[in-house]
Amino acid sequence: MTEQEWPKLLCAGDSCIVVEFGNSISLDVNARVQALRHVLEAKNISGIQELVPTYRSLAVYFDPVKAEPSRFRSLLERLASTTDVGLSSEKGKVIVIPVCYGGEFGPDLQNVVKHTGLAEEEVIKRHSAPDYYCYMLGFTPGFSYLGGMDETIATPRLSEPRERIPAGSVGIAGKQTGIYPIDSPGGWQLIGRTPLPMFDANRESPTLVDAGFWIRFHPISPEEYRSIEEKIFHGNYTLEFHEKGEMPA
Amino acid sequence: MKLKVMQPGMLTTVQDEGRWGFQGKGMPVAGAMDLFALRSGNIMVGNDEGAAGLEVTVLGPTLSVVDGCGTAVVTGADLDFSVNGECFPCNVVVEVKEGDHLSFSGVKGNGCRAYLIFSGGIDVPVIMGSRSTYLRAHLGGLEGRALKKGDTFSTGEPHVLWERFIGFSCPASFLPGRQLDQPLRVVMGPQDDAFTDRGIETFLSQTYTISDSADRMGYRLEGPVIEHSGAADIISDAIPLGTIQIPGHGQPIAMLADRQTTGGYTKIAVLCTPDIGALAQRLPGQKVRFQKISFEDAVAATRKERSLLDGIHQLVATWITPIASSTQTTSTILEDTPRSGMWRLSIDGTGHTVHWERLD
Repeated sequence: MTEQEWPKLLCAGDSCIVVEFGNSISLDVNARVQALRHVLEAKNISGIQELVPTYRSLAVYFDPVKAEPSRFRSLLERLASTTDVGLSSEKGKVIVIPVCYGGEFGPDLQNVVKHTGLAEEEVIKRHSAPDYYCYMLGFTPGFSYLGGMDETIATPRLSEPRERIPAGSVGIAGKQTGIYPIDSPGGWQLIGRTPLPMFDANRESPTLVDAGFWIRFHPISPEEYRSIEEKIFHGNYTLEFHEKGEMPA
Repeated sequence: MKLKVMQPGMLTTVQDEGRWGFQGKGMPVAGAMDLFALRSGNIMVGNDEGAAGLEVTVLGPTLSVVDGCGTAVVTGADLDFSVNGECFPCNVVVEVKEGDHLSFSGVKGNGCRAYLIFSGGIDVPVIMGSRSTYLRAHLGGLEGRALKKGDTFSTGEPHVLWERFIGFSCPASFLPGRQLDQPLRVVMGPQDDAFTDRGIETFLSQTYTISDSADRMGYRLEGPVIEHSGAADIISDAIPLGTIQIPGHGQPIAMLADRQTTGGYTKIAVLCTPDIGALAQRLPGQKVRFQKISFEDAVAATRKERSLLDGIHQLVATWITPIASSTQTTSTILEDTPRSGMWRLSIDGTGHTVHWERLD
């Protein structure tokens, strides 16, 4: 396929148009998704019900009774091909996620050690070194699809999934890493846990991470874990943010 | 009004129009499986269209009014609703008061989901903009779960003239009039190019059976294999309501209210909005056929369904208006006006009830 084919507008029923910017998982493609999303959010177009950004496309849900679909479609076509990508994915916020690795919080860290042949400290170092890009949220409320893991710590999923994984657990599944935002079943290798509530339905912004954000894992001790948990309970924990300067290599 | 659950029924949940606005955060929409039924019921008792009601599945609950009074209406499937043992048809607004027992005896006609709507709606906390129950995350509704025996819940503030809605009966011509054998209309795409011509032909010509794996999240259908031209998996993207996705095994899955927000299977087509409710009323073992329509026709069908709701709004407005002006209004839409009803009059502070019947 040639670059000229993108963006493509795909019909997804009578109430949704999907604007597709490519057919790969890449920062460039996702930056275009985020750029169109921000333009549409800023324009506050009547009839748009909601926007769902994913790896390489933006789903635009609309009310076909309120919006005139043909005019709406040409507006999307125009915006999709003219929106300036800018530096949206290279800049952005970096949220620091404190993680206590190993022990009771990361019961599968030793599996990763065995599989990779690396020392425990080295696995932790390589997992917490890069900035991870959040391409999209999905699967369960608040689950971020992260890109950027060091492939030398890739480890296959557990052969036997767990019935209940506590919220905040950080895991590895193949070349992916992620955080379980709510208690759920799953088969990821659990290497640590964050005390931060990644998802809270009663919070004004229910998720800490949004598509287009960067995150960085910061190793902490079990004592620091308890202390952060305490601060969160008393409502005096402040999230640590950085501004992203450059794209990782 | 306060109600107590004597028997919970098979699966009775609090639902409204759904938790829109958070799919980008991975939060499924949930909401009523048959949105037309929910909205029409709310209009009939004077609620906002999107107020919360009870979605009753196949075997309904038994509820007892423990405090106060108000109105109730059942829309959607006919599950044989009765108040204190007296049967009431669907789409007729009844008065309910302290001591009344509300029950359902089972599937009477077509359809498996009834909506029991009370004046004022069901007053449970609003979570992320909605009162809908999302069972998988134990969120919304009544403690994030289906009703259970012994639960109590309250209704919200009703319409100031709530009593005037009593006796309103919605004519069948203002309902979608769904038939079990009607094909379900779909708009092709977004990934119809992932199938062979034969695959598309199979999808549009063959009959599929709803499997036992059919719930609020989606209906798995069984029938002839739909052939992909290449891979059955795509880079995960959004899943709109009513999507028909086809995983590698070639069997369709219709994605409904509790669907996950994103997924990585090819999506051959999406149901047109009015036919999502039509599918949601069908039961495992029943048949499904698909009919391709254009995007424009799907929009037209959606607007037509909307016009039915607008029509019910007008009928209700006529029903609750005082006599003098209502006689004028009804004369213009005779065909769709009820044949009988009840007026409540207040003369010098004394209440009077007037029953009336059309004699033509």
